[in-house]
Amino acid sequence: MLRFIVRRTLQLIPTLGGLSILLFAWLQRLPGGPEYALLPDDATQEQREALRRALGLDEPFTVQYLAFLRRIAQGDLGASLQTGRPVLTEFWTRFPATFELSMTAMLIAVSVGIPLGYLAARRRGSALDFAAVGGSLLGICTPVFFLAFILKVVFAETLGWLPSAFRLSPGLTRTDITGFVLLDAVMTREWDVVWDGFVHLILPGLALASIPLAVIVRMTRASVLEVLGEDYVRTADAKGLHPGTVRTRHVMRNAMLPVVTAVGLLTGSLFAGAVLTESVFAFPGIGSFVYSATQERDYPALTGFILLIATMYVLINLLVDISYSLLDPRVRAQ
Amino acid sequence: MSSSTPLLTVDELSVVFRRRGAEATRAVDGVSFTLEEGRVTGLVGESGCGKSVTSLALMGLLPDRGVTVGGSAALRLPDGDVDLLSLSQRRLRDLRGSQLAMIFQDPLSSLNPVVPIGRQVTEILRRHRGLGGERARKEAADLLYRVGIPDPTRRLREYPHQLSGGMRQRALIAMAVACRPRLMIADEPTTALDVTIQAQILELLRDLVTEEGTALLMITHDLGVVAGLCDDINVLYAGRAVERAPRSELFADPTHPYTVGLLGSIPRLDAPRGDPLTPVRGSVNDNIAWSDGCAFAPRCDHYTMDCLQGAPALVEAAGGGAHTHRCVNPGADAEREPEEAAGARTGPEEAPAPETGAERTAAVDDEEGRA
Repeated sequence: MLRFIVRRTLQLIPTLGGLSILLFAWLQRLPGGPEYALLPDDATQEQREALRRALGLDEPFTVQYLAFLRRIAQGDLGASLQTGRPVLTEFWTRFPATFELSMTAMLIAVSVGIPLGYLAARRRGSALDFAAVGGSLLGICTPVFFLAFILKVVFAETLGWLPSAFRLSPGLTRTDITGFVLLDAVMTREWDVVWDGFVHLILPGLALASIPLAVIVRMTRASVLEVLGEDYVRTADAKGLHPGTVRTRHVMRNAMLPVVTAVGLLTGSLFAGAVLTESVFAFPGIGSFVYSATQERDYPALTGFILLIATMYVLINLLVDISYSLLDPRVRAQ
Repeated sequence: MSSSTPLLTVDELSVVFRRRGAEATRAVDGVSFTLEEGRVTGLVGESGCGKSVTSLALMGLLPDRGVTVGGSAALRLPDGDVDLLSLSQRRLRDLRGSQLAMIFQDPLSSLNPVVPIGRQVTEILRRHRGLGGERARKEAADLLYRVGIPDPTRRLREYPHQLSGGMRQRALIAMAVACRPRLMIADEPTTALDVTIQAQILELLRDLVTEEGTALLMITHDLGVVAGLCDDINVLYAGRAVERAPRSELFADPTHPYTVGLLGSIPRLDAPRGDPLTPVRGSVNDNIAWSDGCAFAPRCDHYTMDCLQGAPALVEAAGGGAHTHRCVNPGADAEREPEEAAGARTGPEEAPAPETGAERTAAVDDEEGRA
């Protein structure tokens, strides 16, 4: 087991290496390098060339790439052109909000999607099954920003049940330790902050959960249907085991394998989907920052954010693979 | 033959599958047989004759929807008889695994791939014998040892994919015998195994029956298995028993033309080179409904118009005793009828020459030799 984890972790090196090469090549190909950004518009061609040499931009690709890697290794992702602050700082002030939102969405998707998918499979052809399958189709088809907008109009602005924007109610003070609102508030026992933060997560969480929820319902349903037809489920029934034991140990443990993989892949799409959801709910995560960085051509910020989000994604998939190998012994044997 | 009351009496078992928009299928059409303690009863027939459905019906493992089960299956228990076919699922679950156990055809797919072997054995001990923790593990190791798995404590921690095919089937047998069931059903337990392992598994089953006095219902299409293991044999055709006899009588004097055909289609080593095999003509799809006559008639070499006058009754064969068959024109008279047969409704274009008695006896000797 330990060997599997070590080997799987070592496999991250080529993945992240490839990612950094792609990202660096992309950065190099961008129109308008720093010689245009830093020098006034009327600077001469010679002045621009001199600056490029001074910045080392005339060096061969590999030399520049290694220098880029060295800076990353030192935690230097450059400074944002918009704010002038280090990209890493900008990232860490925003990422906790996005992370909380994504995890809320995934929690909703998993905790509703898996039981619903199971019930739909067990009662195949029933009204519940049709509702689950039809509803998930609708969930996949509905654009996230549209759903976010509807939720906001109905539940926040019309009914007034839930807040329509921000991470916390204005005026509420909290102790900041890690940047994660719920985690900090639980640690400091600020229960009013826990509640307020939770309430603010519901609507954006629901909007963001729609697609992963739909995918999980469908995958669980299909997977459970397949497993229910397996010989080992019949063996379990032939042993006279209680239906609950058959369900958890024999049906669900096997049916969850493809769903676990899907959850890992969906988490990546959540970070991307968060950009839209956050802008609808004025949620102060990376989404709104990435949006404005794109508008302002804030390349250092974009590069840094892409690198960090991709790293998070790769790490989450590492966790998924490890949990998969805990569930399926055949994977470990390879 | 034992004269005590049978352990299980199956009477007129029928299973009908109904699907929306399709005609109902009578998979099992009035099968009756009995099982006795310490004896192996064979249910023999080709694919699609209803033998697996019979076993699933007795275990209560058929799906609830779209299936109608009829007849009765009285199981003798210490506290009185029960009808397996009319028990509630809850009561059946208490019996399954403890009084009734089943061994399936494909040991790899019948074991849960993500649960250690040990867990799959102890879960049945916990469920029916209330054993937990160390005691259950100890008992599970003993069970594996008993069915011939070496180094059982190590095997308990392993997963199905780490075991060989024969060991997997042994593990499944260990689960089946874990609670000393009174009745075991084995559905083609050796089909997925290679020949040397087949023999070992059959020997193991035989020993368990002899030692424990369990009644074993052996479901198979393999006449070699029948010859080697079964005490009593029921030959099934199109969902009905067409012949029933103790082993030696069935092989020595088969009377139903289908049984004769089955025995005749065994390849023989002592046959002259180039002699074609003599399979039973046609397939199970060529049946007619039992209500119209003998379902086997379209494939039979010596049927007469009498065969089409409703389903033949199960009658005592010429040899008498426990030997019964469902044929109005049994094998003994076969040679006399070919002309009449040619004029019948779905007459065969060319009827192969009927077997002579001498050939048949030779085939039987071969089978007995293997037994």
